[in-house]
Amino acid sequence: MNTRPAGMLPGFICRLLLCLSVVPAAHAMPDIQHWVTDNGVRVYFVPAPELPMIDVNVTFAAGSVRDDGQPGLALMTNTLLDMGAAGLTADEIATRIESLGAELSTSSLREMATVSLRSLSDKSHLAPALGILADVISRPNLDKEDFERERERRLVAIRRSEQSPSTVADYRFFQSVYAEHPYAHRVSGTEESVKALKLDAVKAFYKRYYVARNAVVSIVGDLDRKAAGALVEQITGALPEGERAAALPPVPLLKQAEEDRTLHPSTQTHVLMGAPGMHRGDPDYFPLYVGNHILGGGGLVSRLYEEVREQRGLSYSVNSYFSPMEQDGPYLLSLQTRNDQVDEALAVMRKTLRDFVDKGPTEDELVAAKKNITGGFPLRIASNSGIISHLNMIGFYDLPLDYLDTFNDKVTAVTQQQIKDAFQRRVSPQTMVTIIVGGEEQVSSGIAEPD
Amino acid sequence: MRSLLLIFLLLGCQMALGAAVVTEYRLDNGLKLVVKEDHRAPVVISQVWYKVGASYEHDGITGVSHVLEHMMFKGTDAHPPGEFSRIISENGGSENAFTSKDYTAYFQRLEKSRLAVSFELEADRMRNLHLQDKEFQKEINVVMEERRLRTEDKPTALTYEQFLAAAFVSSPMRIPTIGWMNDLENMELSDLQAWYQRWYAPNNAIVVVVGDVEPEAVLELAKKYFGPLQPEEIVPPKPRLEPRQQGKRYVNVRAPAEVPYTVMGYKVPVLRTAKEDWEPYALEVLANILDGGDSARLTRDLVRGSQIASSAGAGYDLYDRQAGLFLLDGTPAGEHTIAELQQALFEQVLRLQETLVDADELARVKSQVVASDVYEQDSSFYQAMKVGQLEAVDLDWKLADAYVDRINAVTAEQVRAVAKKYLLEEQLTIAELDPLSMEAGRTPRSGSTGGDDEH
Repeated sequence: MNTRPAGMLPGFICRLLLCLSVVPAAHAMPDIQHWVTDNGVRVYFVPAPELPMIDVNVTFAAGSVRDDGQPGLALMTNTLLDMGAAGLTADEIATRIESLGAELSTSSLREMATVSLRSLSDKSHLAPALGILADVISRPNLDKEDFERERERRLVAIRRSEQSPSTVADYRFFQSVYAEHPYAHRVSGTEESVKALKLDAVKAFYKRYYVARNAVVSIVGDLDRKAAGALVEQITGALPEGERAAALPPVPLLKQAEEDRTLHPSTQTHVLMGAPGMHRGDPDYFPLYVGNHILGGGGLVSRLYEEVREQRGLSYSVNSYFSPMEQDGPYLLSLQTRNDQVDEALAVMRKTLRDFVDKGPTEDELVAAKKNITGGFPLRIASNSGIISHLNMIGFYDLPLDYLDTFNDKVTAVTQQQIKDAFQRRVSPQTMVTIIVGGEEQVSSGIAEPD
Repeated sequence: MRSLLLIFLLLGCQMALGAAVVTEYRLDNGLKLVVKEDHRAPVVISQVWYKVGASYEHDGITGVSHVLEHMMFKGTDAHPPGEFSRIISENGGSENAFTSKDYTAYFQRLEKSRLAVSFELEADRMRNLHLQDKEFQKEINVVMEERRLRTEDKPTALTYEQFLAAAFVSSPMRIPTIGWMNDLENMELSDLQAWYQRWYAPNNAIVVVVGDVEPEAVLELAKKYFGPLQPEEIVPPKPRLEPRQQGKRYVNVRAPAEVPYTVMGYKVPVLRTAKEDWEPYALEVLANILDGGDSARLTRDLVRGSQIASSAGAGYDLYDRQAGLFLLDGTPAGEHTIAELQQALFEQVLRLQETLVDADELARVKSQVVASDVYEQDSSFYQAMKVGQLEAVDLDWKLADAYVDRINAVTAEQVRAVAKKYLLEEQLTIAELDPLSMEAGRTPRSGSTGGDDEH
């Protein structure tokens, strides 16, 4: 339940923005059970009898990469699913779900479009909640009035997002790095593209992508394999087989560096720097993941954190991460600083990256990073919510079922040389995009670095 | 050698919070220890809570609790700056800290055998922090960057900050946790030293441990590491009760923005201040009638029904240390104005005062509370938070256990009664964000220095 008004400050502030990530608990690695239904739904299931609750996540390859020249179409389709289904109105769906104490939500990103349900596991609560989930997935109304209302709300949300320098920077980053690729455009669409959306296109999109062969169902909770089988049948049995979405085109490498400055009425300047990074199942995944942990991924301990924040006090939040996708998702370094310090902060970030790519990590850094990652991994998959997010990733990207079991061994096997080699082949500081969004007109320092 | 005083609870020394067993101790230096067993996984959450936050501060040093939280990572004599985080990291742990108006807390999440690592480091920095000017000069800049990120460049946050400062004249509820920029600019190391000396002591701290642990073993570790620490004489802050509001207040915030926003609040009691202890629970139910999901009134009536709002919400914190606000906020939809949205929100309040809520609505709120109580057990971090948040404001953690029953006992008549008693126009403060053109605003702003930051 949310009793905090939208847009309001949280009741406390953290040392880092990420401090409230969900915390976990599970002894051995979860035992993942996998099967495919008669109509082609891929299912991933982990029993968790400790608490009387069930999480179900239904994900379709129906994100904004499928917008096909109509930015915002995928998100609008996903949004409308629980705004009326099987003749029930949005009010009726919400009332029924919430009267059961269940939580139903939709979300749509670049690749994934998801409907999730959390419910108590006893039959009197679970059965009706699943009935509504089935309706939402298989029989959405896609009604004209709901469409018009949600489009108006989307337009307000898009305008609100333009207030935020970090969101503006994010838009420009993806546009610059991905140019003509389906990853380039924003998930929400633009004011123009959302105004141009047609309900018929939403219906066609739904019909094409919300089909069994394009779906992955993940389940974690207090039920056995047989009950899980029946559950999946109940919620997806009515979906037509259809076809899995086509593979996405590969992402071209950037040919040259690009620097893009945008004026924004803010006291801070936001910097995003990066390029296409790596994909799920990438052969360089582990060296790049562990290497980045040392460079900028390790929370309160990383080279970027040390150089930019601890040594110079230039930014509150500074980090770097790979976001692996079906094709090469972005490698991204980011910071924010007072407008007049941006050139200094950017120079430090660039030098820190270049040093790391040139020389790789030290032995001590690698040992420490492995201890942190392998020691922390069991904590990430200890709660039901931690497990289901990993199941969803494994299922959506066809990763091996022993992914969780072998994760720590693969981290442990990474060497200094592998990291250096992988970064030199895959991360090129000379051909990165740099997006700068902030409040003062300044002459660019170009890509010059401090001596 | 210090002995330990075991606190006996009503029915022996253990009670259930959710499904798990909770054990409570107090060391004779005053440190309180609460251990909750969760044997689902070989993991432990360790949190140290201090009873200090922005509501303990006064003009001129606002933000000092939060700056001190940052400086707590900057070393002791035994551990130089940065070493705390390196040790936790190498032990596979993750860590962080947070400050609110009523408390400051530090936490680690570790494999269960590493709890001693956390205790040793936390005990060390509880009394032996080495505040160094060189580190402070850098960190105060980090905090100012944090303020720019969270507040200066977020028009809704800026509006909320101005709103709180107008709603409260005397109560420290008006103080922003991050601190006013000018106070940050003028903060000195001696301010931090005094604040640390005054509040960081075992008799002003609560240690909460949740995970796959044995309470007696945790107690032994706590004795070993926290036991030798000297207590401090703690002088509680003065009450600084807010004088009664005598009429509606109105705040206009002009800032570069694309969409308008309004937030309004009525003065209401909290659990610690309410004369009738059912009232805060009735206000909780009221908040959930309005904003307890997509079927609640604000979304159903204003977002989907009349479509006056693009979004709308309600909020209330019954566990605050001092009397607070019942909040309503929202952004108008399409061509609708802020005034129309405010009018629609007032009509919602009026309806709650005149008409009893439906039995179905009340049942829905109660079902959600019962279910949430189960879902929350999936997060051991959240379980620890619940204990700490209550204990840090001198409320008994067992109130968290009683929450479901207290909500279930609320009647439709009680909901109407608190709406009539507290949602009064003379107790209302309204703020609205009046967007300045983003284009016109694309010039540098000066922050808070010199008082010339109005555009």
